[in-house]
Amino acid sequence: MSIWEYANPVKFIKTTDRLMPYMAVGAVVCLVSGLIWGFFFTPDDYRQGSTVKIIYLHVPAALMAINAWLMMLVASLVWIVRRHHVSALAARAAAPIGAVMTIIALATGAIWGQPMWGTWWVWDPRLTSFLILFLFYLGYMALWEAIENDDTAADLTSILCLVGSVFAVLSRYAVLFWNQGLHQGASLSLDKEEHVHDVYSNPLYVCIAGFILLFIALVFLRTQTEIRARRARALIARERLA
Amino acid sequence: MISLLMRDLRLAVRAGGGFGLGLAFFLIVTVLVPLGVGPETGLLAKIAPGILWIGALLACLLSLDRIFALDWEDGSLDLLATAPLPMEGIVSIKALAHWLTTGLPLVIVAPGLGVLLSLPQGGYFWIVVSLLLGSPALSVIGTFGAALTVGLKRGGLLLSLLVLPLYVPTLVFGAEVARRGAEGFAVQTPLLMLAGISFGAVALLPFASAAVLRINLR
Repeated sequence: MSIWEYANPVKFIKTTDRLMPYMAVGAVVCLVSGLIWGFFFTPDDYRQGSTVKIIYLHVPAALMAINAWLMMLVASLVWIVRRHHVSALAARAAAPIGAVMTIIALATGAIWGQPMWGTWWVWDPRLTSFLILFLFYLGYMALWEAIENDDTAADLTSILCLVGSVFAVLSRYAVLFWNQGLHQGASLSLDKEEHVHDVYSNPLYVCIAGFILLFIALVFLRTQTEIRARRARALIARERLA
Repeated sequence: MISLLMRDLRLAVRAGGGFGLGLAFFLIVTVLVPLGVGPETGLLAKIAPGILWIGALLACLLSLDRIFALDWEDGSLDLLATAPLPMEGIVSIKALAHWLTTGLPLVIVAPGLGVLLSLPQGGYFWIVVSLLLGSPALSVIGTFGAALTVGLKRGGLLLSLLVLPLYVPTLVFGAEVARRGAEGFAVQTPLLMLAGISFGAVALLPFASAAVLRINLR
């Protein structure tokens, strides 16, 4: 029994089929309860008023935007080293989800920034690096789409993902160079000093759990779709030969 | 390897295109900017380093698809791959040829175009230094992008989409060096970062480009 068993597409589909309902239901429960708790049962911030509640969408989305890229990085490495097709397809499946999370984080951030900072957009290090991350997602997805041969596409995109990760980190520190910017520091950290208050952070944890479950469920679903699409293509190709 | 370099250089010069085209594009971009933002000297002086960097970057981008495309079409890339040369060496030579035909001329004309943008006195030296340090990174990163898209029919647009995000750190530090130099501040920190990125890219990226090219030639 090892984790590599799940590299077998059949086994992967079987297992994820069993897991997916739990993930999906868990995601819905966490998101609904977390958002309702966050939106209606937390006090307004004394300076920000009710706009503070956008944190329940903004922070989890931003978190998942970065973690989706990390997941793609790991999956790409697994593909390069062990050449398991499911892993390459999982990386492909995660990319659009990560891109959407990036958009959600940017959009909610803009909506939050407008009343608070008086502007929709500033070239603040965090905002800028998220925009660049979005560009990386775009390039990654475009490369997948552009190449016809599946294995070549998987190879090239995983190398792009590795190189892109290095440059994404470099860009992050490059834009930090300008100034600290308007964005606050980490909202959640082990250092209690800069932590948001418990009243706000408890529903936030629920929302984050919901986003993580949602992400996992979506990746499972999209990976299954990719596997089935590839099977269908293989079947069609075989029909033509026969 | 030397003969490969000479061949690439000769092709670039004699076949026209790449060599003059990048320079002409750089000239046009720097001419268009004052037309777009207005001829006010103070504003131009402020944005001149950034404009020169972006112009150089775009001019560099324009000629990237020529690095491998012609050799791919007539099959000489396959010959090169079977030649007793490491793929990393071929890729590095290609990047060097691209830099000599595109990057270096851009560095040389940049101060001249700085005049058009009324670049401040102190800026001329630093724009040359920053471009000289940064343009090898542009060529090497571009070679990686060109290797990724070599087999594709309409790789041009995809190439820019892939390469431009990778250019971000180089651009940020390069333009920062030029800007600080122009305004008379200390440039040491961004200069060191730029040099670090440039040398790091030159040292490591050929391995990635070679791996990608091997996959594409499979």
